[in-house]
Amino acid sequence: MSADGGMAVETTGLTKRFGRVQAVTDVDLRVAEGDRYGFLGPNGSGKTTTVRMLLGLVLPTSGLVRVLGGRVPGDAARVLPQVGAMVEGPAAIGHLSGRANLRLLDAAVPTPGGRRTRRRRVEDALEALGLAQVGRRPVRAYSLGMRQRLGIASALVRRPRLLVLDEPTNGLDPQGIALVTDLLLQLSAQGTTLLVSSHLLSEVEHLCTRVGVMDRGHLVVQDDVDALRAPTGRLLVTLAGGAPGTAATLLGRRLLEPPDGDRLVAADDGDVVGDLVRGGLAVREAVVERRTLTDVVLARTTAVGEAGAAR
Amino acid sequence: MKLAALTWVELRKLALRPRTWVSVALLCALPVVVAAFLATSELAPRPGQGPAFLSAVLGNGQLYPAAALGIVVPIFLPVAVCVVAGDAVAGEAQAGTLRYLLVRPVGRTRLLVAKLFAVLAFTFGAVIAVALVSFVAGTQLLGTRPDALGTTTASLSGTSLSPQELLVRTLLVMAYVSVSMLGVAALALLLSTLVDSPLVAALGGLALLVASTVLVGLDAASAVHDLLPTRYWLAWVDLFRDPILWTDVQRGVLVQLAWAGVLLAAAWASFTTRDVTS
Repeated sequence: MSADGGMAVETTGLTKRFGRVQAVTDVDLRVAEGDRYGFLGPNGSGKTTTVRMLLGLVLPTSGLVRVLGGRVPGDAARVLPQVGAMVEGPAAIGHLSGRANLRLLDAAVPTPGGRRTRRRRVEDALEALGLAQVGRRPVRAYSLGMRQRLGIASALVRRPRLLVLDEPTNGLDPQGIALVTDLLLQLSAQGTTLLVSSHLLSEVEHLCTRVGVMDRGHLVVQDDVDALRAPTGRLLVTLAGGAPGTAATLLGRRLLEPPDGDRLVAADDGDVVGDLVRGGLAVREAVVERRTLTDVVLARTTAVGEAGAAR
Repeated sequence: MKLAALTWVELRKLALRPRTWVSVALLCALPVVVAAFLATSELAPRPGQGPAFLSAVLGNGQLYPAAALGIVVPIFLPVAVCVVAGDAVAGEAQAGTLRYLLVRPVGRTRLLVAKLFAVLAFTFGAVIAVALVSFVAGTQLLGTRPDALGTTTASLSGTSLSPQELLVRTLLVMAYVSVSMLGVAALALLLSTLVDSPLVAALGGLALLVASTVLVGLDAASAVHDLLPTRYWLAWVDLFRDPILWTDVQRGVLVQLAWAGVLLAAAWASFTTRDVTS
């Protein structure tokens, strides 16, 4: 929880049962305004149901949802105009162009500003996602990546304070991924709060300042990325010469794992490298061990298979 | 204001969809084909057979719009209306666009009302199109053969109708036929809010049509006949009697309003409390 500003998203004891299936259990999500929040977890862990509850699509069995200071679904009419969302992939009317789709969707709920203002915002959103030149081609003829970019453009039309994106780079080519990532960072710099769910942990690690990890309906981790990636207290040393066997005597109890060839793991305590060198060993490399997001997620989630594929 | 904007969007979606125009064109084509056969054969259906009213039409093409509506009422018009009504919410759910409308946010009640208006507009638009096309087809193919008085048309009761009266009565038929679709349209719309398949919703509306038709033809079910949505569908013929025989027309309107009221209330109750997981 950051001290400055209010909460963009705050859920309390959020729970959802579908019949006998417990989809989400007692989730306390905290996304501060300005956060770039990565929402992670294996398939079926309850991420999408949680996001749907934030947007008023699914009604909670119990618990409270507050988004941008208002209750959902109670204050949805006031709050949701400030939220842009893409949930479970983009969707559009296939026989119309992307532009026609955005205009129709924008006209469905009149916003302040006349028709010209609305059209300009649609053009701006298309421009930002590189779709302004596509013209009259129907969405049906779009590639997967173009549809994805149209979905993001649709979420951006009303310049939301909070942007909720599910798998934003799904189906994008490397240029598209770079475009979207840069755009999200730029929006974040302008003050937009991001709530991004993704399976690409390296991408989230790069983009997000904070993560929440869902597992089997529970929010099992919610922390700053920096805190999660803090040094583990272990030092990974690669030797360039000398007898690795002597490391045990040189380091004593600080040697955490017996040398494996020329590699050894030591506690990052005192001058480990100095002690090794003074003992006649040449050190090629010594790295402070940090956990990756993948390590954190895999350690804290139980589902195998799809989660394992992320490694 | 918000409802007007959303209704306008829904009407534009309907108008931008090729299927809408194809179904209206098919609806209009059937009466034209029937008129062509009547004109070339000059053989009217024997009394008591064939679509009601057709024998009178042979004498005067200006009656044909009403007869054409009589041709499309039993099957074609309700099929077209059920397809549109069944697609209203379920089609958006299947395409995934429903969730994006709702998070705009379009209020669920407002969306349902706008969809209902769009379905009604489609129904009335289709009825108008059928009437206009069949007026042209009737007067061109069957001709206007004035009776002895020169400019008047015989009512079913044998008295004469002036052209103005004929127009008023044709408009009344158009209104009555449109209202007659309310029951099946409301059921298709209700199912459309419950399932994510537009096909299932449309077929559900048609199932009501078939069930009602079967029961109306079953003497054993006479106790419920007056409550069935198709019971008074052909009462529009009474609008061509002189004076107009209002009894069945009024009952028909009341039955449709009752079905529509109950089914639309159910649609509202289900849609506004439902989890949207599409």
